[in-house]
Amino acid sequence: MEDRTIRVLVAKPGLDGHDRGVKVVARGLRDAGMEVIYTGLHQTPQQVVETALQEDVDVVGLSILSGAHMTLVPRIKEMLKENGLDDVLLLVGGIIPEEDAEKLTSEGHADRVFTPGEPLKKITACIFDWFKAKPGS
Amino acid sequence: MQQLVEDLLAGNRRAAARLISKVENDEPEKRELLQEIFPCTGNAYVIGVTGAPGSGKSSLVDCLLQQMRSENLKVGVIGVDPTSPFSGGAILGDRIRMQDHALDQDVFIRSMGTRGSLGGLARATREAIQVLDAFGKNIILVETVGVGQSEVDIVKTADSTMVVLTPAGGDSVQTIKAGIMEIADLFVVNKADFPGTERTLTEINMMLDMKEDDRWRPPVVRTVSVRGEGIEEVWNSLQEHRRFMEESGRLLEIRRERVRRELTEQVEYLVKNRIWDRVKEQIEFDSLVEKIVLRHRDPYSAAYELLEKIDFYGEADKEGG
Amino acid sequence: MFDREQLERISELKEMWEKELEDLKEREQPAETVSGQPIKMLYTPLDTGALDYETELGFPGRYPYTRGVQPNMYRGRLWTMRQFSGFGDAYDSNRRYRYLLEQGQTGLSVAFDMPTLMGYDSDSDRSIGEVGRCGVAVDSLKDMEILFDQIPLDQVTTSMTINGPAAILWCMYLATAEKQGVSLDRVGGTIQNDILKEYTAQKSWIFPPEPSMRLITDIFAFASDHVPKWNTISISGYHIREAGSTAVQELAFTLADGFAYVEAGINAGLDVDRFAPRLSFFFNSHSDFFEEVCKYRAARRIWARRMKEKYGAKDSRSLKMRFHTQTAGCSLTAQDPENNIVRTAYEALSAVLGGTQSLHTNSMDEVLALPTEKAVKIALRTQQILAYETGVANTIDPLAGSYFVEAMTDKMEAGAEEYFQKIDDLGGVLPAIDHGFFQQEIADAAYEYQKAVDRGDRIVVGVNRYCSGEAPEIEILKIDPEVERKQLERLQRLKEERDGNRVSACLEELKRCAVSGENLIPKILEAVRAYATEGEITAALKEVFGEYKEKPLF
Repeated sequence: MEDRTIRVLVAKPGLDGHDRGVKVVARGLRDAGMEVIYTGLHQTPQQVVETALQEDVDVVGLSILSGAHMTLVPRIKEMLKENGLDDVLLLVGGIIPEEDAEKLTSEGHADRVFTPGEPLKKITACIFDWFKAKPGS
Repeated sequence: MQQLVEDLLAGNRRAAARLISKVENDEPEKRELLQEIFPCTGNAYVIGVTGAPGSGKSSLVDCLLQQMRSENLKVGVIGVDPTSPFSGGAILGDRIRMQDHALDQDVFIRSMGTRGSLGGLARATREAIQVLDAFGKNIILVETVGVGQSEVDIVKTADSTMVVLTPAGGDSVQTIKAGIMEIADLFVVNKADFPGTERTLTEINMMLDMKEDDRWRPPVVRTVSVRGEGIEEVWNSLQEHRRFMEESGRLLEIRRERVRRELTEQVEYLVKNRIWDRVKEQIEFDSLVEKIVLRHRDPYSAAYELLEKIDFYGEADKEGG
Repeated sequence: MFDREQLERISELKEMWEKELEDLKEREQPAETVSGQPIKMLYTPLDTGALDYETELGFPGRYPYTRGVQPNMYRGRLWTMRQFSGFGDAYDSNRRYRYLLEQGQTGLSVAFDMPTLMGYDSDSDRSIGEVGRCGVAVDSLKDMEILFDQIPLDQVTTSMTINGPAAILWCMYLATAEKQGVSLDRVGGTIQNDILKEYTAQKSWIFPPEPSMRLITDIFAFASDHVPKWNTISISGYHIREAGSTAVQELAFTLADGFAYVEAGINAGLDVDRFAPRLSFFFNSHSDFFEEVCKYRAARRIWARRMKEKYGAKDSRSLKMRFHTQTAGCSLTAQDPENNIVRTAYEALSAVLGGTQSLHTNSMDEVLALPTEKAVKIALRTQQILAYETGVANTIDPLAGSYFVEAMTDKMEAGAEEYFQKIDDLGGVLPAIDHGFFQQEIADAAYEYQKAVDRGDRIVVGVNRYCSGEAPEIEILKIDPEVERKQLERLQRLKEERDGNRVSACLEELKRCAVSGENLIPKILEAVRAYATEGEITAALKEVFGEYKEKPLF
């Protein structure tokens, strides 16, 4: 069990098409040994959550660069809970001001927020640490 | 019966997802779970979709989904992508083209990495099909990795296999030569608005003319999946093939072969496991390895010796399979 | 420029110099451009020996325009300082535009919000949380009227960053001008309207490529008859670069797109000199100073040569590549954002030395949120200082003749030609998009770059070297959530007040023309005048054209 493959959904909710970051992260996670499912662009919160459910992922990573994060992230978190996916690690990346990031994590809408310029290994380390500490793994 | 199986049979999508993970991760309860769902399987018709990367397989699957949903069929999709042999990771991108169906409760899409399997499917694709079959899907579409040359597993798994080709670049001939000819029940020439389409069609037909089997001649359908052209014909041909399979008794024949193979595999699996359990208990395997490395022993006689030392009917047998 | 004897002598001297190098140590950091092009320690006449002044460089305003498209360049008129902006609703942006004009900005550049860019109205369920967020929300002619209230459209030129629904927003702008009493032949500006790079880089597409290309050629035809001062397309490398490409890829892919539009126009039966003079370009100015300068110089030369030799353009205006430049958003860092002021200043300098026609300088906080008024002012001042204090605008193309710059310019051109060949081998730009060629090249370059930064091979100050570790203390522009609610209310009111029958009739007529192949612009203009919304017009066209789906490439 301990070396089972970690499955990650990387998703682009909202309308912005900036997928450079999400694709670089996807490749980085693959090269770190994870299975990465990508939703493609322009997804609704419903699509993201349903995909997370069908793919039975451990982690959901959202990339949002349009400024809609304060609406989209809490909505997705809420829907994950409704679908019994409380135990999924929810990460967010994008153009997100410090103040918003603080609010998202402290109010429990997201587990961690990454902003532009952060190294890939920080993201992979975050996932591995969480996975190791996770009960049942 | 386990809760997860009950939930699956009651139509719970999360249960289906969890079950697939359990078989995929080879979790200890896997065999028991598969055993429990087995009585509810055997109803789904499995269609394999194979072809080179970039031929538009996902796009065709997306179009077929639409067609099947218009006839109210419940559909499962399994998309397989290659696992990196170096990192063990994979990017699974097949479902990007199908996200319009993400919210359709009667469609279930699952992406799988090959995880070391070389035949174009994932290690646990067959088990995942069982889960979706028990889940009540009428049709299960399996999209292979599509490397072209080693797509051998799909024929052993699917009831009908369609091979997708494109006119671009002239690789079609090579692909056909590479042995994809034998596995196709249906040829689809996608992107048929590109130059070279006629030539590709001719080539396929010439190859088919040389084939001996006169019971089923694979139809050759042209499509432009981005515009949804030709999809109805693909669907009709698939249904025609299914009728042929059922009426000719061929379906029963291949399913029987499949069960035979599976039973054999299961027996081999158990025997192998049992042997290794004993080997681990009774023999110092590692020290034998060392001796061989130092050329003090040879692997051939050492293997015989191992087997002879094994007590096949020993204590551990009480636990059963 | 040098005869053989001189070159032989230089070659001997160079060998002696190389001997001296043998005992000297080099810095560890690889000597390559930000795009990974290796750079020699020294360039000499040996690198440019064959350079023929007349055919390779020429004079400014003369073929092949390597040194610039105007004979007098900035000695005549400085570049246009055009800051891209837009946020909130039309009222908010209108205030910001008037502020910028008061501050001495010379042209407007409109940023729309995501729903507008994607062809959705503010009341679509796809728009939730996005209204007015990264640009201004425009749903109908009503919003456009407010956006340009008290801004005389016969005196100000406007650039609009809009692609998939470009025809619709352009028609709204034209209708606004009509309402101001400005006739269409006096309206000037630019629409980005570059759909090809949407499929490869920016990813704000709506329709599949073929109908999208048709909309573009419809715009070409309509503009050349009715709006002659309008730049009908701004063929953009900016987003290709932002998506992670190298400089050569930006150059090659942008020009390849440009030639694809030229071919589309010719195939639609237009004379090349009828529409080519209105084509303009839009480049990125990244952090590698010389590489960027050479990119612009090479771009002008390639464009002129191909337009003349391959497409038979005769009007000199068809040969001149005019371009807008924006400093690289992707070079900005969230860490120590004030450093971005310095980055932007250097990037602006290379754009100006490369002979740009207009320039946007990024604000330091754009990597965190939309820029505040203060940050925008510093960015504009950066350009003003460049123009009036540094003296770089006093002489034309001052870097010409540098062994390095000329050798690098040639190399950029050769690199682009190699890519053109690859694209031709794939059957052209559209098949190459279908193949995922551009997408894959860009994704690979982006990943390589990120890995180099992560490894520390590429130094980014404040990110992987010289980190102060302090949290940024800068003010952030906040978008009031009320914007979305108010915009929805206004839209609701509009839908109640307008003549619904006239709207439906216009949309029906539009669909008919979409099928028949007639020029769509007059029909869109009619629908816009009737206050049909952007979302309604887009939905009508989607019924006929369908929607594009992306290719899964990493």
